[in-house]
Amino acid sequence: MNLDDTSLRMLCAGLRERTFSSEELTQAYLQRIEQYNTRLGCFITVDPERSLSQARAADIRLARGEGGPLLGIPVAHKDIFCTEGWLTTCGSRMLSNFVAPYDAHVIQRFKEAGSVILGKTNMDEFAMGSSNETSFYGPVHNPWQLTHVPGGSSGGSAAAVAARLAPLATATDTGGSIRQPAAFCGISGLKPTYGRVSRYGMIAFASSLDQGGLMAPSAADLAWSLGTLTGFDERDATSVARPEEDFGAQLEHSLEGLRIGLPRQYFGSGIAPGVAQAVEEALRVYESRGARLVEVDLPHSELSVPVYYVLAPAEASSNLSRYDGVRYGWRASQYGDLNEMIARSRAEGFGAEVKLRILTGAYVLSQGYYDAYYLQAQRVRRLIQQDFLQAFEQCDVLMGPTTPSTAFRFGDKGSDPVQMYLSDIFTIGVNLAGLPGMSIPVGFDGQGLPVGLQLIGPHFSEARLLAVAHGYQQATDWHARVPGRGEQA
Amino acid sequence: MSDSLNESSLRHLARLACIELSAEELDRLPARFHSILGLIDRLQQVDTQGVKPLAQSFDLTLRLRDDEITTRDQRAQFQSLAPEVADGLYLVPRVIE
Amino acid sequence: MKWEMVIGLETHVQLATRSKMFSGSPTAFGAPPNVQANAVDLALPGVLPVPNRQAVAQAIRFGLAVGAQINPRSWFERKNYFYPDLPKGYQISQYEEPVVKGGVVTFALEGVPHQVLLTRAHLEEDAGKSLHEDFHGRSGIDLNRAGTPLLEIVTEPVMRSAAEAVAYARTLHQLVTWIGICDGNMQEGSFRCDANVSVRPQGQVAFGTRCEIKNLNSFRFLEQAILHEFERQVELLESGGKVVQETRLYDPERDETRSMRSKEDAQDYRYFPDPDLPPLCIDEAWIEQERAALPELPAALAQRLQTRFGLSVYDAGLLTASREWANYFLTLMAEGTLDPKLCANWMTGELAATLKRTGREVQDSSVSAPQLAALLRRIQDGTLSGKMAREVFEIVWQEGGEVDALIAARGLSQVSDSGVLEKLIDELLAAHPAQVEEFRAGKDKVFGFFVGRAMKASEGRANPQQLNELLRRKLSGS
Repeated sequence: MNLDDTSLRMLCAGLRERTFSSEELTQAYLQRIEQYNTRLGCFITVDPERSLSQARAADIRLARGEGGPLLGIPVAHKDIFCTEGWLTTCGSRMLSNFVAPYDAHVIQRFKEAGSVILGKTNMDEFAMGSSNETSFYGPVHNPWQLTHVPGGSSGGSAAAVAARLAPLATATDTGGSIRQPAAFCGISGLKPTYGRVSRYGMIAFASSLDQGGLMAPSAADLAWSLGTLTGFDERDATSVARPEEDFGAQLEHSLEGLRIGLPRQYFGSGIAPGVAQAVEEALRVYESRGARLVEVDLPHSELSVPVYYVLAPAEASSNLSRYDGVRYGWRASQYGDLNEMIARSRAEGFGAEVKLRILTGAYVLSQGYYDAYYLQAQRVRRLIQQDFLQAFEQCDVLMGPTTPSTAFRFGDKGSDPVQMYLSDIFTIGVNLAGLPGMSIPVGFDGQGLPVGLQLIGPHFSEARLLAVAHGYQQATDWHARVPGRGEQA
Repeated sequence: MSDSLNESSLRHLARLACIELSAEELDRLPARFHSILGLIDRLQQVDTQGVKPLAQSFDLTLRLRDDEITTRDQRAQFQSLAPEVADGLYLVPRVIE
Repeated sequence: MKWEMVIGLETHVQLATRSKMFSGSPTAFGAPPNVQANAVDLALPGVLPVPNRQAVAQAIRFGLAVGAQINPRSWFERKNYFYPDLPKGYQISQYEEPVVKGGVVTFALEGVPHQVLLTRAHLEEDAGKSLHEDFHGRSGIDLNRAGTPLLEIVTEPVMRSAAEAVAYARTLHQLVTWIGICDGNMQEGSFRCDANVSVRPQGQVAFGTRCEIKNLNSFRFLEQAILHEFERQVELLESGGKVVQETRLYDPERDETRSMRSKEDAQDYRYFPDPDLPPLCIDEAWIEQERAALPELPAALAQRLQTRFGLSVYDAGLLTASREWANYFLTLMAEGTLDPKLCANWMTGELAATLKRTGREVQDSSVSAPQLAALLRRIQDGTLSGKMAREVFEIVWQEGGEVDALIAARGLSQVSDSGVLEKLIDELLAAHPAQVEEFRAGKDKVFGFFVGRAMKASEGRANPQQLNELLRRKLSGS
């Protein structure tokens, strides 16, 4: 079993043909985690006994010839998804003792599909961060260069998949938290259309932007498993009922005549040369396969960062009010009155970035500022959404660099939060407009760090996006490259 | 639009958000805030006359559920997560009305 | 100086749904603490609200009942504040766009028609309860009530006396129970009022500074609290002071209001549209469906009782106190032969008294409307005297049974046969010649002696009216 060079399709075939059992496969991944996790910090929780027992249950079902594409496949889950009986921390000290009493809809879907929970992956605290440095459980290291960040907030999932410690991982994306780490770690990541994936049991950061998604080496792997992730859930009032789609079956699609929109604003100055070059080459691959490049305009795209940093903190400040040390979670040990108990529990339970965002959110919603910040941001949000809808009148898919630069070094963004925030400039608009977006690896910069190409489609066009990504991956092998994982060469 | 945040308005926000701030945080936060306000104040220059606010990522309408009881008593399980309980109640320092 | 009182009321009506506003937990009252608080009510990480259609339907019905506008597109917002009985750290409510806008509640106060204009009615969720009994010096939090659906009904500041405010509240209480959206149980907190009270010199147009008095859960407290607040404010102003805008709590034991929190440190609730809940859209078809399901309203029915059955305003008012009560009366009327006034008198007299004595509601009455109808029929045809009818009523109440069968079995019918009565009187006069003489000599009191004897001789069954007549005639010797 060569875990560095496999695909979900191959793993599934291996399980069906009894080449190996789910227990053996799970054991193999657990061994890798054991070997690399100290160095990479991808997982917050692993529970081999429990994983193996799930694998044995899957083996019984496999023997009976039951189940779908993910039966017996080990999957890593971002620690933002409540998982019954598992510690679910959301990267925070606040939930350092929180054993979830129920399953998120996403976890439930994967359990029903018979996949094995391989562990819970590290993340920026409450998904607030772009580098995984805000996790209470320590940083995740980029498996291509341990001195560099894996991106965030789904840095643990991205690094785990890149290092092949898991064949597939769940993740979430509020402003780029799937696409940016996927780009930094050289893997494929998909953020579906808002409403595709139930948010029930997914710990809320910014409710109108949060969306669950997937990370895997290739678009084909994503297509293989997307049907398990998506699906209507009556417990989420924003869940959209859609006819079921077989994403895998729609994968093979010619790129001939595909109209690729290149937003002018995504190709301006400020793009690192290594990134610009890799993206250019990727576009040439598309052209060579019959696609047409069209320049389009997203005139308000620059405003997506300020809009996001009003709306996301506003929603977050309210979403995180439930953590008060009364019913669960961290409670300070020393306090006087009730108010002090709550205020100190929150002071101790939350890290610096989370506090900063909660305070920002309280500020933009407070009396006298609401109209100028919150309402104004919602209006600009509509302008940004309209930009995208207009662009899609001229093209089928938008492309550009996922991030302006490749992975940066730990601590490189300094103490000014805005430096970090601006690194999400290309990914945030997609969340504001609720669109599906992907990042796929398209090469390396001069330092040997991966470069991501972002693909953005109209609402509910995931099947098309996956096919477009797959078309590229059939012509190239960037997605098959495996990092050194910090091993001495 | 906004002046940079002074210590007293920061304290006010901390009260609203119910977060105790240390002296070190009160010292460090204003600069960070200043930077964020610089970022979000860019919105003030945009002409949005006649533009309807967009609250969700696209215009959804609300789905309602039937009036049915769908849950059972899980008190014991839920309260096993609580820092302090007695007689089925969550305990907190005395609430003063 | 003469002072005028200005009152606006905010009433929290707990909606009569099985499950909560945003979760599938039961809403039943009185369960052990926290057994009716599920993951959503407890605000566990990751849970989401989904609104209860029935609660929205009930809000629509209320809006239609008060002639309000049903908002085709309203939305839920978050009201942010920290309190241990508010698990999410925000309450889901409606702010900018409520589900019901406007409307009017009408009633008569001392015969004068009044109209109270409503500002709005909005949907929201209730909080839990903090219990302050001693738990080792701590408070206990019970979240069973958290998430219970409420309709908050807000009036314009249009009321000018405590009596008017109470009459409004009573009418509202009657209405929400009548249309079946609230059980009306005030002890359990299903119907609670907050009163906004201000005063101003008579003739002044501008409003004075108001205070809000919270959680008045009886009509008596409402009245007392308003009167006291009025006095307090007047005293304050007359002694040169100023009213501070604040929230006050009425203490029924001391009969006074005291300050809870003043506007100075007022909360900034940071309302914003709940991103978990897209706008609530209500189309015409739904409104029409709820309109069709709405019963005839109490005011319209009271009017009908007056014109159709000739009842007084007073009786019509009493009989429409509740829908069950009105239905009882309408069942009697469905007989087609009974005298409406007789029915009204029996319902507001014997029936009401017995219900009160036994602590029952009319829907649980031991004497059903058909049973009472049978009884009243026997009064009308002279079979039973009023006294006998009360006796039969009591027997039916205690033991049940069919009225006519009971009358027959117990020989309870009235003796109205004049032959039988005359014979009885003749025997009586013959047996008591001395008393006959006394009467004839002008001693009128002796008449009662003969009535008593005659009744005794007839075992109480003599038709009293007939007996009186015959006796007087025979005694007069004519």
